[in-house]
Amino acid sequence: MSSTTTTAPETGEIVFYEKDEHAHPEGHSTALGFWIYLMSDCLIFAMLFATFAVLGGNYAAGPSPKDLFDLELVAVNTAMLLFSSITYGFAMLAMEKGQAKQVQAWLLVTALFGAAFLAIELYEFHHMIEHGATPQRSAFLSSFFTLVGTHGLHVTFGLIWLFTLMVQVGRRGLVPANKRRLMCLSMFWHFLDVIWIGVFTFVYLMGMLR
Amino acid sequence: MSADSHAHGADAHHGHGEDHSHGTFKSYMTGFILSVILTAIPFYLVMSGVIENKSVTAMIITAFAAVQIVVHMIYFLHMSSSSEGGWNMMALIFTIIVVVIAISGSLWVMYHLHANMMPVHDMNGMK
Repeated sequence: MSSTTTTAPETGEIVFYEKDEHAHPEGHSTALGFWIYLMSDCLIFAMLFATFAVLGGNYAAGPSPKDLFDLELVAVNTAMLLFSSITYGFAMLAMEKGQAKQVQAWLLVTALFGAAFLAIELYEFHHMIEHGATPQRSAFLSSFFTLVGTHGLHVTFGLIWLFTLMVQVGRRGLVPANKRRLMCLSMFWHFLDVIWIGVFTFVYLMGMLR
Repeated sequence: MSADSHAHGADAHHGHGEDHSHGTFKSYMTGFILSVILTAIPFYLVMSGVIENKSVTAMIITAFAAVQIVVHMIYFLHMSSSSEGGWNMMALIFTIIVVVIAISGSLWVMYHLHANMMPVHDMNGMK
């Protein structure tokens, strides 16, 4: 009974398939695709959080969170990431208005806050390792360095992306392709801040409560 | 032709490449101020130790984290049930389900493993 589907257009009946492929403008589904990437990234972090949740109490007679964490430093770090989130928001608003110079300026401010975050985190790691709290010391420290380190690695790549886009916007201006890239990085950067909420709550604050 | 108009309808529906909601100055500031408040309170609670009961504090800061994640989703990531024709929300809900199963499942299984297979000598930091 394949004849019914082929003769349908001639008889004017409604058909349930599209005769021609509808238009796919370049990049029209990038936002959704990038969102799905972020969700898969979220699963990576979920596994690392689960690992930390299981192993976070196994100190192997080594240092515990109370011995290692400095909450004031973590609070400053959290502020850095939060500031960088809002300044990236301002970059997006400048992009809406088509002000390329302002976009670059806000991207630079965002990058500075991001770099400050990384510097503080590296200082913290260095401080811990100096005192013998290396990833090899205990299961708690292994899972801690893996989780927080993976987040830090994401921020590092975000920084590289930020500088790349500053150059791109400088060279080509706010063309549609660059706007799309800025939108993707916006999602990536805010997503990292969302992950950090989980990190400072469940790793640092909960660690001090143990 | 009806087939033609149908194709056009689908075309109009899919042609939303550029009109994403990017938020306004006001919405970004609202999100930022809410985030500052939602971050400051848990830090204050833990650093000052005003609440004696630690598990109560833990539950409160977990609630603050959950609220702050929602605030970020709405004001910074511009999530809504209609963005990308609802597919963003679908992907998010699916991810949340997998994340909840993975984390609660790991904790559940490993907790029972700990309880049933106690090590011979009690290690200092074991919980």
